[in-house]
Amino acid sequence: MDGTLLRIVKDRMFRAGVTVLSFCMLLPLLLILAYITRNGISAINWEFLVNLPAPVGESGGGISNALVGTVILVALASVLAVPVGIATGIFLSEYRKGRLAYAVRLCTEVLQGIPSIVIGIIAYAWVVIPMGKFSALSGGVALGIMMLPVVIRSTEETLKLIPESLREASLALGVPYYKTILRVILPAALGGITTGILISIARIAGETAPLLFTAFGSPFMETSILKPLNSLPLLIFNYATSPYQDWHTLAWGASFVLILMVLTLNFIAKVVTGRWKVKF
Amino acid sequence: MTFGRKTDGSGRPGAALVAAETAFTRILFIVAIFVVLLLAAVFITLLIGSRESLSGIGLGFLYGRTWDPVSSEFGALPFLVGTILTSFLALAISLPFSVAIAVFLGEYFREGWVSAFLRSAIDLLAGIPSVIYGFWGLFVLVPLVRSFQMQIGVPPFGVGVFTSSLVLAIMIVPYSAALGREVIQLVPSDLKEAALSMGATRAEVIWKVILPYARSGIFAGVLLSLGRALGETMAVTMVIGNSNYIPKGIFSPANTMASLIANEFAEATEPIYVSSLVEIGLLLFVVTTVVNIIGRHVIKKTTVEV
Repeated sequence: MDGTLLRIVKDRMFRAGVTVLSFCMLLPLLLILAYITRNGISAINWEFLVNLPAPVGESGGGISNALVGTVILVALASVLAVPVGIATGIFLSEYRKGRLAYAVRLCTEVLQGIPSIVIGIIAYAWVVIPMGKFSALSGGVALGIMMLPVVIRSTEETLKLIPESLREASLALGVPYYKTILRVILPAALGGITTGILISIARIAGETAPLLFTAFGSPFMETSILKPLNSLPLLIFNYATSPYQDWHTLAWGASFVLILMVLTLNFIAKVVTGRWKVKF
Repeated sequence: MTFGRKTDGSGRPGAALVAAETAFTRILFIVAIFVVLLLAAVFITLLIGSRESLSGIGLGFLYGRTWDPVSSEFGALPFLVGTILTSFLALAISLPFSVAIAVFLGEYFREGWVSAFLRSAIDLLAGIPSVIYGFWGLFVLVPLVRSFQMQIGVPPFGVGVFTSSLVLAIMIVPYSAALGREVIQLVPSDLKEAALSMGATRAEVIWKVILPYARSGIFAGVLLSLGRALGETMAVTMVIGNSNYIPKGIFSPANTMASLIANEFAEATEPIYVSSLVEIGLLLFVVTTVVNIIGRHVIKKTTVEV
């Protein structure tokens, strides 16, 4: 009797337990996707996508202003975050050691960890108060601040992977330093950078908290960035927490569209831009 | 083509080229400093925004138990309790699952289609927007919890600390699972092989060699999950019951710091009200920053910089 049988039993049970626990997480995932698909698909039709939200009790409401709003907010955030983010990523990969690089990296990590509602407060203080009203611009600023650290990090990581020989070859041929970066290194890194941008867009497209008191939401179709506007997550939040049944149905439909959008973006980011990566 | 002449005939770079080079380097430095200034500006804005309550209410803000905007009484204790309760309960619920996934993907099934499938599923979980988690929690979890509460004889709110901890736990599993998997994969094979060659079973190798070795990395993943849980707003707001009193137990409704701001900021009128809410935001900022920095510091010490 050396207890070996017990040890083998424990080994098998441990492995079974780990497997069961791991796949347990699939349960909420499937439940969420199933619920959204089942309740959301019935709400989707052409009017749903092109109509404005209707007052309670009237049928035929839609999410068109939320769709347009999400696109405008994402575009605004990208315009603010992408150039600064890529430039900072280039800085971090060029000046790898050094005190400023260390400080920038630390600040990037801290910025990434700030809760989204706090960023909403910041955008409120920086844009809403001086402007005197809610606007798409403030929402874009909030989402841009959230997007920035992700773009910085993915740019830096991608640039790190590019071998020194590429840069040295370019410099040895007499290409000026700035052109080496802009015309040789950056295009090689384009795949990874685009992936980072798409992933961060998928993340901010689903954000609600920073928009609660910046873009604020609106029942109308707005295209001006100086006015408040609606977005998909805002609409879902407002409709889901309302007491009206037909608004709940609209919220399910909007959730379905939002999840579809986020999944597609993530899919494109990983699969398609993976093919653009220059292989060394 | 090149703009400006590359050299001016003497072999040295021409003026236009030098100007372009310096401009490029300067822009990089300016952008880098901008990021640092951005963070400083965030912190300063929060400080300035909360100056009325910092000076007016002072330290009592942290242990005041009443939050009553009507009579201008602002105490943050109910929300500190709510935040800590939900976050740590969520952490406790999620821990077995994240460690299991980390071990499963890091040791048993490193490659292959099972691994790819589970990894995609976990990535999917991480990608679902938080408002959708809240929506699903409100319409699916809350009725389930309500009937569970009726069975065990507790007031059947349905919403409350317990429900939001459940939703939070699902949301934070991907973070500690991903990090745990990475550190488990980094455990050197010769350690594992030495244990196996002495007759240890696979489970014993995991328990006695891998997990102790990966301990700090897993801890870092836990801290990162905690940071995420502390700041999570929308899902919590929709299922926590929005009560501004200290929760009596895990089945009571409550409010967290984040959900309080989400609920009341847009309607706060007097300066002291807004300032108190901004101070809560400042508290949230400081706590999540500290947790995140400690977490990333631990990661740096355990992973090798390539």
